Amino acid sequence: MSLENYRQQPAVFAAFAAPTLIWLLLFFIAPLGIIWLYSFGENVSLVDIETTWTLDNYARIFQPEVLVLLWRSLWIAGISTLVCLVIAYPVALVIATAHPDKKPWLLLLIMLPFWTNLLIRTYALLNILGTRGRLNDVLGWLWETTNTLLTKFGLGEFQLIGESFTPLKFLGTPGGVIFGIVYVSLPFAILPIYSSLERLDKSYLEASLDLGAGQWRTFYHVLLPLTAAGVVTAGIITFIPALGQFLTPDLLGRGQVDMIANVIERQFKRANDWPFGSALSLFLLYITFVLLAVRSFYDARKAHRS
Amino acid sequence: MTNRPRTPISRRGFLAGSAAVGVSLTLPKAFAADGKVNFYNWDTYIGENTIANFQKESGIKVQYDLFADNDELFAKLKGGNPGYDLIVPTNDFVERMLDADMLLPLDHSKIPNIANIDPLFMDRNFDPGRAYSLPYMWGTIGIGYRKSAVDGVPDSWSHLYTSDKYAGKIAMMSDATTVMQMALKHMGKSLNDWSDENIAAAEAMILKQKPNVAAFAGDNGQDLLLAGEVDLAMEWNGDILQAMDEDDDIGYVVPKEGGLLWEDTLCVPKGAENIENAHALINYLLDAQVGADIADFVYYATPNKAAKDLMSDDYLSNPAIFPPESTTESSEISVFPGAEITRKIEDAWTRIKAG
Repeated sequence: MSLENYRQQPAVFAAFAAPTLIWLLLFFIAPLGIIWLYSFGENVSLVDIETTWTLDNYARIFQPEVLVLLWRSLWIAGISTLVCLVIAYPVALVIATAHPDKKPWLLLLIMLPFWTNLLIRTYALLNILGTRGRLNDVLGWLWETTNTLLTKFGLGEFQLIGESFTPLKFLGTPGGVIFGIVYVSLPFAILPIYSSLERLDKSYLEASLDLGAGQWRTFYHVLLPLTAAGVVTAGIITFIPALGQFLTPDLLGRGQVDMIANVIERQFKRANDWPFGSALSLFLLYITFVLLAVRSFYDARKAHRS
Repeated sequence: MTNRPRTPISRRGFLAGSAAVGVSLTLPKAFAADGKVNFYNWDTYIGENTIANFQKESGIKVQYDLFADNDELFAKLKGGNPGYDLIVPTNDFVERMLDADMLLPLDHSKIPNIANIDPLFMDRNFDPGRAYSLPYMWGTIGIGYRKSAVDGVPDSWSHLYTSDKYAGKIAMMSDATTVMQMALKHMGKSLNDWSDENIAAAEAMILKQKPNVAAFAGDNGQDLLLAGEVDLAMEWNGDILQAMDEDDDIGYVVPKEGGLLWEDTLCVPKGAENIENAHALINYLLDAQVGADIADFVYYATPNKAAKDLMSDDYLSNPAIFPPESTTESSEISVFPGAEITRKIEDAWTRIKAG
């Protein structure tokens, strides 16, 4: 019996595919369908939603304040993704070029944070990044030390580094939220880039260097284009979850840098407006679809050209 | 010495007591269980041995489940009661549930311990005659503050809503309705007066103050206060009580303009299967000694007059539990404004968050 061609063995194929298909149908397609129906619905009482095929919920997305939050989500997710890619590429390169004995250990280090719950890691970040947090403790200590040194050299009265140390504010700022998202997403960005680097035929790089291209030129014209697929995957895998973040803006953003998912969460809980919440979450899904479609269009064109 | 058995743990605390989540007490096999009752309550919101004692005395098996907030409770029951017989919604959710026809009327004749309740609580605008709900605990929303960091007692909402004196050291709650309601109190309005002008004025006030606010804290204003991240936090009295227990430098005040009074209640949801047993459990919880044991452990204000008589002065004279009468008089119970106004409030909140 062979699984090489499902057309020859339809029964076997069906037996293997059925659990996944049923799972998808029951726990993905069906709930999504309900949300889809809700998005065209109206609250007729506190507990009942009637699908009236109204477009009102979608129209409400285009209120200026919702657009502002959507735009904020897009740029925060975008910058987080860029930062992730910039950090992830060199890390992936180091792992891919490491001695084979060391690779599993380096990969393990990347995966290690997953062993701790996201909520707990976020609370730990709160402790580090707070105004009275550990990071500001260190900065305060550095300030003290520098100031003492300056005073020793007779420069004390000029107050070159300010009269006193003001703790830096990380939490409640877009920077704090971006930091949190980068922190959470980094492993997801590293792994696809690593796997594309791993599959890369190293002789291309040798050829480029032998033929006189410098390190930077080799990177831009050979390495990067050959691993572009991995970078794009890493970007998508980072961007899409970042767009739907609500825990990070809530905790690290201190409720001051809300993103669109915070609005969605509120509709399902406090606001008790499931139809609007459904429309908003589906809208986010549509944005994702558009991004994926653009990507496959780009891939198809590239494949066609070569 | 106080008779306080251990640190009170906030029932609204998010992480506090999370170890207890999912605990269900089961009856030893030896008891011939005369039925059961499914009790759905807040976390750490009952005496240490209350459930076990009830099971022993009545032979009724209690299946005990916990919820974290009213929204969770409401969302669980919204699609049909999954089998709960006794729930503990807060007053505004009692109203919502009544509006949605989700509660069963209580048979007062089966709950003789109603006689223990302070008559003051027996007539409330959200449930006239207490036909559907009986009071369990009550409290306030006010300002928790760090004594050493503020001038005197910050007994006005202006410190949170209009002044920049404590800029960057203020935590507000993250619930749209409550934050807007305290703004209304600051303007000298009733917190149930949701006219369009009032909503707009509250929105403008909060939007203007937003840069001075360090955090819109989901449920951890007391933690921010303890960590020194903020010096003033709008919070539930119980959460601040917990902080006060950990740090002597923390105080609590309900501003002189008045705050919000809340009441958690015992209700039987529609679709309950063990209605008789639910009544038996309600009656047990309203017993004087049982009520005192619960109050002693959860450290919230009890509406049970007979239980109060058994409590220590330490409990009765704590201003964060029982605020002065003048404050209680200027404070109000929130009335559910209906879906349309809720939407207006939430839209205003989205504008505040986008601003």
